[in-house]
Amino acid sequence: MSKTVLTVDDSASIRSAIAFALQPKGYKVIQAEDGRAGLAALKANAVDMVITDLNMPNMNGIEMIRAVRSDRTLDGVPIVLLTTESQKEKMLEGKQAGAAGWIVKPFDEQKICAVVSKMIG
Amino acid sequence: MSSPTDTFLQEADDLLAALEEALLELDENPQDAINIANAFRALHTLKGSGNMFGFRALGDFIHHFEDCFEKVRNGSAFVTPDLVAVALASRDHIAALLDLGPDTALTPELAETDRNLLAKLGEITGSDTLSAADRPSEDTASSNQPNAPVIERRWHIRFRPEPGSLGMGVRPDLLLAELSGLGRTMVTPQLDAVPGLDSYDPAECYIAWIIELVGPVDRAAIEDVFLFQMDAELTIEETQLEAQDMPEPAENDAALPDRGAEKTSTPAKGQASGGDSVRVQASRLDDLMNQLGELVIAQARLKAISSEIDDPRLSGTAEEIEALVTGLRDTTLSIRMLPVSMVFGKFRRLVRDLSSDLGKAVALTTEGGETEVDKNIIDALTDPLVHMVRNSIDHGVESADIRAAQGKPETATICLRAEQAGGEVLITVSDDGGGLDTEAIRARAIERKLISSDQSLSAAELHQLIFEPGFSTAETISNVSGRGVGMDAVRGVIDALRGTIDVRSRPGEGTEVTLRLPLTLAIIDGLMVRVDDDHFVIPLAAVEECVDLPDRNMVHDNGRRMLQIRESWVPYIDLDQLFGFGQSGAKGRRVVVVTADGRRIGFAVDDVVGQLQTVIKPLSRFHRSVEGLAGATILGDGSVALILDANAIVRRADAVRQIAA
Repeated sequence: MSKTVLTVDDSASIRSAIAFALQPKGYKVIQAEDGRAGLAALKANAVDMVITDLNMPNMNGIEMIRAVRSDRTLDGVPIVLLTTESQKEKMLEGKQAGAAGWIVKPFDEQKICAVVSKMIG
Repeated sequence: MSSPTDTFLQEADDLLAALEEALLELDENPQDAINIANAFRALHTLKGSGNMFGFRALGDFIHHFEDCFEKVRNGSAFVTPDLVAVALASRDHIAALLDLGPDTALTPELAETDRNLLAKLGEITGSDTLSAADRPSEDTASSNQPNAPVIERRWHIRFRPEPGSLGMGVRPDLLLAELSGLGRTMVTPQLDAVPGLDSYDPAECYIAWIIELVGPVDRAAIEDVFLFQMDAELTIEETQLEAQDMPEPAENDAALPDRGAEKTSTPAKGQASGGDSVRVQASRLDDLMNQLGELVIAQARLKAISSEIDDPRLSGTAEEIEALVTGLRDTTLSIRMLPVSMVFGKFRRLVRDLSSDLGKAVALTTEGGETEVDKNIIDALTDPLVHMVRNSIDHGVESADIRAAQGKPETATICLRAEQAGGEVLITVSDDGGGLDTEAIRARAIERKLISSDQSLSAAELHQLIFEPGFSTAETISNVSGRGVGMDAVRGVIDALRGTIDVRSRPGEGTEVTLRLPLTLAIIDGLMVRVDDDHFVIPLAAVEECVDLPDRNMVHDNGRRMLQIRESWVPYIDLDQLFGFGQSGAKGRRVVVVTADGRRIGFAVDDVVGQLQTVIKPLSRFHRSVEGLAGATILGDGSVALILDANAIVRRADAVRQIAA
């Protein structure tokens, strides 16, 4: 069965870049435009991994990670943060909230695929 | 789906519009935090996506633009009309950079604008900005250094995931798999931190791993595997390549350390094996066995304590010791093992002598002489076998003329056969003689008052009578056998060896006596039962099944209690009564059905505790004569349990009943 990756980003281009990278590798990619929609998508779908942006309206990436980690039914899904070089301190904050890793923007197809396969095989 | 770049350009338009709107709002209301955040987010997204899709100049420009706005956001600079003006100009510059397209160098005019705008922004917000146009290109430094190592290196990696990492979706198995993709690995888990079940949290990773990795790998490649494990305990050390590290894929598995005690292989069977051997005094072997017995008991006590304390470190060690003791025990037992052929060898001469003494032509065949049995059993076995072979030739084998009349070959055959069956060895003496004469046995038994004349007995029960003391049916008493000490002496010895005797005989075709013996005398597989407050061990070899003692389905017949098990009625003995504890009224009792002297007999007990393997301790001189006990053993808690001799108990119960009757 193909694995499902949820990409949460307010930028449609980032979401579609991730989908473009992962779909040819056999992953199913679903998209959400902010943390709140991401949380809803997580509850509605069997998601194997989440790639989320930090800075989003409504609910930002870190808030979403905290919400996921405090919900026992969503426990254990690996969440990877999309960060930029200038967001090192956010990376730590995300880690403490329960992120399993991060991807520094800009990223390319190989980088996304390498991280996803490291996380969920 | 349109291409991500198209999506980006569309999105960029929206973002620029959002930026413009936020800036215009700020022009009217400079303190509005929401619009500051909106402007900031628009810039941030533009930068991130711009870099992604090849708009490097745009990314660089916004990077500095963003830095300036960061000052506004954190309160160290303020929105002024000047700032809004420059920011709006910057927005237009961004639009121009977007129009330029991806992967394109700045035109001189754009570079000039770039520089001027950043200088102004820096001036207004007090930031240190430097236009991309003035910075040396970083292109050469940013790409991965392709200094791929080609020589093999050996790495010692220790990895313990941070607490709670499993709950965050960390998959150590994937990390280990990724490592083994880099080269040849040997992974050893460290389990000492794994707690007992009661305090075990499934979301917690308690295991650490030590990985020996050999391959053309540099440190960076290994660190890359553990990229996201920054809070894990991770040590990566390079160690010396060893001879065993050379590429030998087939050998690699063998290099894995076997943590369990290796099963000792039994020494090569038979005497023909040419390996070196050492002669030792038998008494030293006995000493070794005794000490091992104490070790087994101490180990059982350790196991009991470790299950009480429930500390994984202790129970791990206890299990390791158990495995080692088991291995040591098997090795020690195997040292004491000798081939049965050592006994069989003596019979060639005996059969030859007997056959000429009695004028009967008899040939001896042996099978399974390589079967190994404990030395003590070998020693004890000679006399019973001599009796049995004598009996066969004397009573079993007919005289030559009778054989001829029955169409049998003139030379009779006696066969000695040994084979191992589970934890037992079967030794069979068979002949092709006349078989047991059940009528003669019956008459003799009545004459000797072993049975009453009206007693009806099955053929098997009649056959067992030949082992009664003082029984002898030979009509002429020869000097070879028939002195009435033969077969009961055999039974005495076999009982002492905790063995059983099974007789099968067909008139005119021959007799087969099978001795069923344990492989060793020192260790017993037993079933522990409780009678009243005492524990007893019934040799497992004799046990057939355990059933609940029902309140019904029992009858009393001629002083015997019978219990219905499925289709058949099985007599049973109440051990409680037999031992005179007098508590037999208790409810919920159980019956252990054993085979004793060829019969199925039940022993009623208060409870069946379980199976155990234990070391037999001989009874003291004073207790050795007590019938029904084969020895004693010390349990894990230090208490003593007596080992029951099923055959003797049945006989004793028979005697008690006969006296009562």
